Amino acid sequence: MTQTTTAAGPEAQDRLQAHFDGVIAHDRRIEPRDWMPDAYRGTLVRQIAQHAHSEIIGMQPEGAWITRAPSLRRKAILFAKVQDEAGHGLYLYAAAETLGVDRADLTRRLIEGRQKYSSIFNYPTLSFADVGVIGWLVDGAAICNQVPLCRSSFGPYARAMVRICKEESFHQRQGYELLLTMMRGTAAQRAMVQDAVDRWWWPSLMMFGPPDEASPNSARSMGWKIKRHSNDELRQRFVDMTVPQAEKLGVTLPDPELRWNPERGRHDFGTPDWDELKRVISGNGPCNEERVERRRRAHEDGAWVRRAAAAHAKKQAARQEAAREAGQDAGHTGTGSGADGRETR
Amino acid sequence: MREDDHVYLSLAEEQDDSRWAFGTGFEDPLHGVDTTVPDGVDPVELAALCLGLGDDALVASQRLAEWCTRAPELEEEVALANIGLDLLGQARMLLTRVGQVDGSGRSEDDLAYLRESEDYRNVRLVELPNGDFAFSMARLLVFSAQRLAVFERLAAGHPDPVLRAVAAKGVKELAYHRQYAAEWVVRLGDGTDESHRRMQEGLDTIAPYVDELFRAVPSGQDVREVRDEVGAVLAQVAAAATLAVPDFEVMAGSGRDGVHTPCLAPLLFEMQSVARALPGGSW
Repeated sequence: MTQTTTAAGPEAQDRLQAHFDGVIAHDRRIEPRDWMPDAYRGTLVRQIAQHAHSEIIGMQPEGAWITRAPSLRRKAILFAKVQDEAGHGLYLYAAAETLGVDRADLTRRLIEGRQKYSSIFNYPTLSFADVGVIGWLVDGAAICNQVPLCRSSFGPYARAMVRICKEESFHQRQGYELLLTMMRGTAAQRAMVQDAVDRWWWPSLMMFGPPDEASPNSARSMGWKIKRHSNDELRQRFVDMTVPQAEKLGVTLPDPELRWNPERGRHDFGTPDWDELKRVISGNGPCNEERVERRRRAHEDGAWVRRAAAAHAKKQAARQEAAREAGQDAGHTGTGSGADGRETR
Repeated sequence: MREDDHVYLSLAEEQDDSRWAFGTGFEDPLHGVDTTVPDGVDPVELAALCLGLGDDALVASQRLAEWCTRAPELEEEVALANIGLDLLGQARMLLTRVGQVDGSGRSEDDLAYLRESEDYRNVRLVELPNGDFAFSMARLLVFSAQRLAVFERLAAGHPDPVLRAVAAKGVKELAYHRQYAAEWVVRLGDGTDESHRRMQEGLDTIAPYVDELFRAVPSGQDVREVRDEVGAVLAQVAAAATLAVPDFEVMAGSGRDGVHTPCLAPLLFEMQSVARALPGGSW
């Protein structure tokens, strides 16, 4: 198969590009060893890293409630969910590493504020109902965004997304089930759920990104089939799916313009506050500093542990090497096949 | 319906979703187990045993949950959560058993959320704050080594079939917990000068709390045997880690009698805060 671009002349370059374009046109997958344009590689690194960072930062707002979950069953569900998010971060960093970057470097870029994560995690979680609403709306919006990525043109990303989407969907159902249970509870619980919906609805709509006319990179990503649908299309789908679920739950979505449009066969809805989105993305949301600071502190507090693991691994390798050499010397008169020293014992 | 939509739309459908997420779809360890207390088993004694073991697991799990988003590496994030979830699962089954046999009809949540610290029966080792990663690994090694030794014996011969089944499941989990902790104690002890110093300090800090673990060995089990087994594990790990096993001096009192450090009450206050703020809530 095709390799990297080094030393390829202009003709070879054209052939590689034509091959790449053909793979994309036929909806086949690009794999890590395949040739790919530098801009395609760069876009993927940025998107996958951002996605991985979102999983890791996203552990914080919900993880804060594990120790306070009001029943042991809910504690177990939440603990397992937050653990899944760490797992998602791991697969995604691994997918990014197939493109020639490394996890430690991406983590450094995150804690130095040079790479972003989903702006939704810069909002605070104020009550246990937020755990349910994050599952229902935030994971729901994430699924709308992510299910099409299971068909992304880059193989490792697409495969990671299949597994992630299945688990996200499970989390969404658990979140919704928590809300259904709370809505059957006391008046105070119902008020908590409504309050959480009021706070998370608009930030959830913003998860689909700016409107299409203000999203300059979208067209190129769609051309490369990294991305399959426009921001506005995905946002519309999310609204259409969520409205009946809100009715079943018995909560009001905080948008006076929200109504069914029989001509379009879809819901009309209000415009999110795009200035707020810009503010949160540019680092001025309610919790930006706290989230990055916590990640930075965990990374720095753990540095001595990682150094110790590396030092121990190095010592072990040296010991094994010494043992192997000693074994080979001792086994000189043997069969000669005992490269790992076993046959000389 | 578009092909992309099925995952999202399935929210409204009843489905078997056990195939999807981690932590689900496992066999129920109590499937088919008779929950009546067998003849010849003292329900008071059985309830006290399950309460002590259940509280140990619940409090240990709560401390492990505090590591969430603070672990030194993502792999450790996943592993510590795994261990915390295993212990939480053990706690839930054991506390449920307490409510079944003590005649009070209390649920796992009644027992977890509506008792004060003096009514908790966990050993003091598990309630100590997490400290650094070395301290947490020292504690996990000793705790899981002792618990594994106790659970193996319960699984092999306790007359209560429920406790036997809970212990049989726990043995597999605890073997992994002990292995995980042992590997880290070796890495840290044999790592850098700093990690060696911290790991030795971790072992020295838990030393006063270890004897209590042996006093908490269930009646009917040979305490000396359990002590020797745990001691052998520690000696082996410490040797590989180039660490010294400290003396386990005896400290008065026991968590099994409701004697605790000042660290337990704030832990419970946090754990119980939401449940107590919304009495009568359904979760």
